[in-house]
Amino acid sequence: MPPSALENVLDILKTDQDGVLAGWIEVADEEGVKRSDLFSEREGREQAASLLKAFRNGISERTDKDDFDIQAEHWADLRGVLGEITHERVERGVQPSEMAGFVLALKGPLFSRLKERLAKKPEQLVEEILIASKAIDAFAIYTNEVFIAEREAVIERQREEMMELSTPVVELWSKVLTLPLIGTLDSLRAQEVMENLLQAIVHYQAEVVILDITGVQTVDTQVAQHLIRTAAAVRLMGAKCIISGISPKIAQTMVQLGVDVGEVRTRSTIRTALTDALLTVGYAITPIKNHQEGTLV
Amino acid sequence: MILDGAREVDRIELSGDRDVVRARRRIADRMDALGARALRKTRFVTAVSEVARNAVVHGGGGVMTVYAFKSARIGIECRDRGPGIASIEQALSDGFSTTGSMGHGLGGAKRLSDAFEIDSRPGGGTVVRMLGSL
Ligand SMILES: Nc1ncnc2c1ncn2[C@@H]1O[C@H](COP(=O)(O)OP(=O)(O)O)[C@@H](O)[C@H]1O
Ligand SMILES: [Mg+2]
Repeated sequence: MPPSALENVLDILKTDQDGVLAGWIEVADEEGVKRSDLFSEREGREQAASLLKAFRNGISERTDKDDFDIQAEHWADLRGVLGEITHERVERGVQPSEMAGFVLALKGPLFSRLKERLAKKPEQLVEEILIASKAIDAFAIYTNEVFIAEREAVIERQREEMMELSTPVVELWSKVLTLPLIGTLDSLRAQEVMENLLQAIVHYQAEVVILDITGVQTVDTQVAQHLIRTAAAVRLMGAKCIISGISPKIAQTMVQLGVDVGEVRTRSTIRTALTDALLTVGYAITPIKNHQEGTLV
Repeated sequence: MILDGAREVDRIELSGDRDVVRARRRIADRMDALGARALRKTRFVTAVSEVARNAVVHGGGGVMTVYAFKSARIGIECRDRGPGIASIEQALSDGFSTTGSMGHGLGGAKRLSDAFEIDSRPGGGTVVRMLGSL
């Protein structure tokens, strides 16, 4: 029984690290994995070297014949290095398959050396190739997972930033303001929205404010409470508040939550809300007599 | 347990406001992918929002695990290690809140979900499980 099933792999990594490294980078090159933005020459060499070192340390600490589990303690270093490298690549827009391809390219130089050494011991050769192969595959899958998680985080961040573009208060008509709310109304943002709105009321001497929630996906009790509070503050400023854009789905859900909007006036669409608002300030939208389609006056 | 026979498919750490938004979005995306009806999605996502918010606000943070079924349902478990709830009955009643907020969240989540389970005791954290149909 050999002391470790990966005895020869380990020995190759110890005695011929530079050779394996050079071979690895070469194979990666040939297979077109290396792009200038994937690895710069020097960077690539350094990072491949630290990966190789972490791989070797992991193997030497690995208990014999354990199942290959990348979450195990002795792979912590390797996970760290792989995670770091992958993280940088995501930011540069490198494709996950390119990183995985790079990791997989390690098999070439490693296995050709194993073959030379174990020419006379085919059983040992097959065993080591099988286990090492499994390990390298797992690393490639791991880089993929890191990639996906990182990408999701980037997308999510961008989404959040977009949502947080300050919500604009729009003057629709003299003394009529509207605030189209989109995305999420977490406590921080709700506070900001309310402050902006109250200032705008003073600035425009507004008499009616339409809070349009057509773009709000979910109205839970917290959002409802923010809306009710905002409406109350608007009233305290002497203006009238209309909440528009409550869809039937949201209305039903609010009823089940047992939310009571009290005296707040609600309208299903911004259009009906606007009609209401204009009426309040003494205007009405009426058709033009003898109007001809398409005529711009 | 209402989640018996279900398969874990997602896990969301809940530590702040952002995570509540994230949990909602992940459930909404999953329900969309499963072809859920719009009203059912809105209802369940709102219920999820309430229990996730409670885990963050009252439970000091927690984890939401999402479950898939062979039938047209979706399930979640929301678990925290917070102070727990002294009287579940009281917590479920509308208007009861220990933080001066609306106090309709827990009862609302129960009404908005198709099945609802809660395990909690003082000092032992809180676990809420819910099912929604698609
Ligand atoms: N995860 C939890 N951990 C501890 N206490 C909770 C938890 N969820 C709910 N509670 C308790 O139940 C009460 C009612 O909850 P809820 O109906 O959501 O209202 P609110 O969150 O507005 O207070 C809370 O005020 C709190 O005391
Ligand atoms: Mg609550």
